[in-house]
Amino acid sequence: MISAVDYIRILPELVLSVFGILVMIVDPLIPEQSPKRPLGMIALVGVLAGLAATAYQVGFYGDAFFHSVQVNTFSVFFHIVILLIALVVLLTSCEYLEVQKIRAGEYYGLILFGTVGMMLMTSAVELVLIFIALEISSISTYILAGMRRRVAESSESSLKYFLLGSFATAFFLYGVAMVYGATGSTNIYTIAHALRTQQSTLAYLAVGLMFVGLGFKVAAAPFHVWTPDVYEGSPAPVVALMSTGPKAAAFAVLLRVLFGTGAIGWFWIVWLAAILSMTLGNIGALVQQNVKRLLAYSSIAHAGYLLVAFAAGREVGISGAIFYTATYAAMNVGAFAVVSHLSGEGEKYVTIDDYAGLGRRSPPLAGILTIFLLSLIGIPATGGFFAKFYVFSAAFQSGLTGLVIIGVINSAIAAYYYLRIIVHMYMRDERTEAPVARIPATLGIGLAISLIATIYLGVLPGRLLEYALTSARDLVK
Amino acid sequence: MHLALFLIFAAVCVGGAINLLAQKHPINSALSLIVVMGSLAMIYLLLGAEFVAAVQVIVYAGAVMVLFVFVIMLLNAGVEERTPHASRVATLLGVPGLIIGLGISAWVVSRITGLDKIAIGGPSVMNGSDVFGNPQAVGQLLFRDYLLPFEVTSILILIAIMGAVVLARREE
Repeated sequence: MISAVDYIRILPELVLSVFGILVMIVDPLIPEQSPKRPLGMIALVGVLAGLAATAYQVGFYGDAFFHSVQVNTFSVFFHIVILLIALVVLLTSCEYLEVQKIRAGEYYGLILFGTVGMMLMTSAVELVLIFIALEISSISTYILAGMRRRVAESSESSLKYFLLGSFATAFFLYGVAMVYGATGSTNIYTIAHALRTQQSTLAYLAVGLMFVGLGFKVAAAPFHVWTPDVYEGSPAPVVALMSTGPKAAAFAVLLRVLFGTGAIGWFWIVWLAAILSMTLGNIGALVQQNVKRLLAYSSIAHAGYLLVAFAAGREVGISGAIFYTATYAAMNVGAFAVVSHLSGEGEKYVTIDDYAGLGRRSPPLAGILTIFLLSLIGIPATGGFFAKFYVFSAAFQSGLTGLVIIGVINSAIAAYYYLRIIVHMYMRDERTEAPVARIPATLGIGLAISLIATIYLGVLPGRLLEYALTSARDLVK
Repeated sequence: MHLALFLIFAAVCVGGAINLLAQKHPINSALSLIVVMGSLAMIYLLLGAEFVAAVQVIVYAGAVMVLFVFVIMLLNAGVEERTPHASRVATLLGVPGLIIGLGISAWVVSRITGLDKIAIGGPSVMNGSDVFGNPQAVGQLLFRDYLLPFEVTSILILIAIMGAVVLARREE
């Protein structure tokens, strides 16, 4: 039967849903002309309450709701990562929404509900629930992508994302149906039990189909074609969210599907997707002029590095992937927070040329962006270095030397386009009179959170890595 | 017999789905979708899931399709509306196909629900406990094992409504 403990095990999701509904109720109470700041504050309080609820869950590990949700170190880790992403995105959005004149009520509501979906994806152990959570997270990002109602590209990106995303979800769902056909269940535990006794052809097909669906969500090649267009048209803070939050959640689901069930036969698919994502992502990024497009290709490449950890497998690979997800979230959200502040009204200033001379116009912003870009390259003393190091060493330990070599070559290529932005900021004269607005307090806090996380993971990665290892053990148990 | 029935309805289902894609006029596509839904319902019935089959007909082939057709008729006042959309194959095969399909369906329904036995005074097979897809079994699954997914669907529907409001509103 359902007891109070069951509710504690979905407490963060419940809290965020309540605050999402609260935002929707308060929205019409605020007069049309007055600023919508209070809504942002409600959403922020909601995310903080969600973090508290997640911390409270630590004493209540176990299953809930007839084995559809599992709370353990793995789910708590991803909950905290996703909630912190949502926190920084909300802090970035407060200023952005006023500058771009985007309606705040639905925006904050959708971010909160989307976060609920992402969090459920990481704690669900029932494929039906994973599917519904995946849809919640996807549909809310489809809508958020189209929130710049005055810009045609935004509607274009929303529609493209929606059509291709629905197509990919169908693949995932078909995979779920195949799993049910192969094992007679949609529960991860039962599937794992059934696959231990016998593997069937249907199970191979199922894992392949689910990988196609999730590969789309994490923007892994060859399912990545939507990424640059969607990122270019969407509001910048939403890109910060969709390039990290749903990705982290989808990687968590992928970890569960591949390692939690003990499925086999996926190695070469993942291997191939890793190489394609790294190479196509980095080569595509070389020629981009638009910073949002450039970061879109960079996010494809990072999905590739993460898949290297998947191919490595075992506890080191899984913990490497978990660590990489957190680090990538910290630096990428930070980079997009800077981009959204610099973009100005109507996102006019988003090309690399607009960043010329930023080192003189706004030294703090240029400095912060430089740290995030250095971390994305993987320079020591930033989180990006250890993330790449753990992933590649895990792959090396599993004997995937070829994959490591391709990965390292790709990292070298990637250094070129990240450094190009830094060179533009410090060594080119400004061609535009693009004014840099003062950094508001909310954005400042958001940038500080991602900056501290990026540097902390680059200097003292030990504790988080240990935690990632524990989560990896909990996952395969 | 069971296999033959399955093959018939599976073929009709796939044929309807292909026709749905091949048709140019949206109304024709919507009508093909009804064929797909109807034959899916029959496949469910063959699997012993009579409740799911009934719901499939009432909700999908009924309510959802009416909504589809309404939306198409209200929104699609474009080029397609004025082009003739009667197909010769449909004129020739439509009525005989419908009669055959309904005939087989009626036979399957009467066999599976035991109506034919009731009519001739035999024992009914509808005692409920041995059937996998009866309302009780579906209810047990929906409100016990799948309670959380069922409840979480409400959030999914909520954001879908929000999306419709956001994207359909005119910006001034």
